[in-house]
Amino acid sequence: MMLVDTFIGSTGNTNGIMILGLPLLQYVQMKNRKVLGILCLIGFTYGFAQNDDAKKKVEHDLELEIEAEYRYFFDPGQFDGQEAHYPSLAFRPEYSASWNKGYESINAKGFFRLDRDDERTHWDIRELYYQKAKGSWELSVGLKKVYWGVIESNHLVDVINQTDAVETFDGEEKLGQPMVQFSWITNSWGTFDFFYLPYHRKRTFPGVAGRLRFGTVINQDDLGYESGAEEWRQDFAFRWKHYFGIFDVGLSHFYGNGREPLFLFEPSGAINSFYPVIHQSGLELQATHDAFLWKLESIYRHAEAQDFFALAAGLEYTFSNIDGNGLDIGILGEYLYDERDELALTALQNDVFFGSRIAFNDNADTSILIGGITDLESSSKIFSLEASRRFGSTWTVEAEARIFNAIDENELILSNFRDDSFLRIAISKYF
Amino acid sequence: MKKSILTLAAFSVISLAFAQTPEERGLEIAKAAELADEGFGSSSVELKMVLKNKNGQTSERTMTTRTLELTEDGDKSLIAFGSPKDVKGTATLTYTHKVGSDDQWLYLPSIKRVKRISSNNKSGPFVGSEFAYEDLSSQEVEKYTYKFLEAKGNLLLVEQDPVDPKSGYTRRIVTYNKDKGYRIEKVEFYDRKNALLKTLTYSDYKLYKNKFWRAATFNMVNHQSNKETLLQFSDYDFGVALSEDDFSQVALQRAGR
Repeated sequence: MMLVDTFIGSTGNTNGIMILGLPLLQYVQMKNRKVLGILCLIGFTYGFAQNDDAKKKVEHDLELEIEAEYRYFFDPGQFDGQEAHYPSLAFRPEYSASWNKGYESINAKGFFRLDRDDERTHWDIRELYYQKAKGSWELSVGLKKVYWGVIESNHLVDVINQTDAVETFDGEEKLGQPMVQFSWITNSWGTFDFFYLPYHRKRTFPGVAGRLRFGTVINQDDLGYESGAEEWRQDFAFRWKHYFGIFDVGLSHFYGNGREPLFLFEPSGAINSFYPVIHQSGLELQATHDAFLWKLESIYRHAEAQDFFALAAGLEYTFSNIDGNGLDIGILGEYLYDERDELALTALQNDVFFGSRIAFNDNADTSILIGGITDLESSSKIFSLEASRRFGSTWTVEAEARIFNAIDENELILSNFRDDSFLRIAISKYF
Repeated sequence: MKKSILTLAAFSVISLAFAQTPEERGLEIAKAAELADEGFGSSSVELKMVLKNKNGQTSERTMTTRTLELTEDGDKSLIAFGSPKDVKGTATLTYTHKVGSDDQWLYLPSIKRVKRISSNNKSGPFVGSEFAYEDLSSQEVEKYTYKFLEAKGNLLLVEQDPVDPKSGYTRRIVTYNKDKGYRIEKVEFYDRKNALLKTLTYSDYKLYKNKFWRAATFNMVNHQSNKETLLQFSDYDFGVALSEDDFSQVALQRAGR
């Protein structure tokens, strides 16, 4: 199943921090030293921006989100050490300074989570970059997050950032990626994005006490690289994005350390796991016609050990303002195909996703997303529900449920999660 | 009998003198209003939206709106939210077209995603307010047919019927102020059943660059739900000199950073 694929290919850690292209922090084992590091960095940017204040008009913005989360897993864990109740706290500080009418800025976003699972207790610098825009170009240097793609249930093309999979099951949380990004914007030829990616971020995997893990706990440090340069391999990516009337098109290519680790099962029974060097070409296409969004996303990935093609195609249709009061109901259907054989971390390569997005368009921005993903070749199904609304002006509440249903015993990956259906409630306060 | 013939004759003389149907007069006024506002180039403004429910409870949203004037096709606009904090950075980019659907992109800052969205939903409320999307989009002359109703001193009342069948209105009655650059003082919106739905009143007008009238306050009252939305604009900045580069998808992401 491709959702799982995204998940497996994604776990968070902070191995190296780049600022303005320079290695500033190497991986430090002690967690408190890492936290000290992040504080120093934020202090550094703040001081820098303040010095600038005297010369030009600088706009500062400092914010903090504190989230209290509770995850409850309905069934006893399949593996030793797993718990049922997971209270957790997360902190998301954010700072930005912009000047030169907003054309220049420094942006910082930190993240820290405390959890019962030692591996889910982690921190990261999601963003810390300098940006300058002038006329038809824009330059960003530092740790940043970039999103590519049009499909909702899977993100094939999106290859720039490593996924922070201990965070969420949907794989949409990402680790900050060190980069130099140069964008050139033209009116008639679209936008050209060039990426220099000097450092690779590894995935973490849940620890012994974590849910949604395999029988064997994978230590992220045990995963090696195909490249001799390891995480310091200098990687490149390119993307062209344009629109023609109702069509939005994206073409991209990535050459470097893959974000998804490969697990090779050798005849001896040993498992050889590493990050391969990949070439990945991607296509994104969306046609927006009336209330219809027609979507197509496809990749071809080439590595020494593996070549494959994957595709996702779907449709989104929104019935808007149904009750004359702003109620929107969207329906979503997507087909997911992945050519990977036993090398893939997925057992399901031929799936259908269906879902509905309900937005009330009220004061509280109440919205609900329900969905299910089903394998066309086995009984395995995953159902999900996500709902959120705001209370007052600075509080939000989120509820999420994932149900693993009739998971086929032969599922290489999913069978590990068959008892991991859970309910999650999160309350956030914004300062 | 004689009297009525005389009246008829008088009417004929008047209509001959103007040689204009109410439709032509209405269109003429809409064009005059457009012309009076032409040449602003670009503007940037901070906006506070106060939503009031029928019990008088309020909630607020803030946003920054940038507009680029285009004459051959419709204007381009970029709206970025500042608050509530959980939606901070959410931004929309709209390319208005004089004919056909507008192009629209939404930026979601939490996952850094730019998504092309349908501009089909004209009648739906904008972020829970009493303003529909169509009330806030660039008002191009081509989007309505017109009928002049009456003149009350310097005020001209024109009925406007939306061309787009997806509009939530059968008609709007717009009050122009002829002596103040054809600025709009009031709009009354009639729903699909032709019942009065909302009234929008513009106030605290200020003249910029000696040509462009901009209201600092928009008040939209929904007569059917008794809800209200107040828009408060801080000073308009016409000196920003924005260009097409400030209305690209890259600029959209920068605005929502």
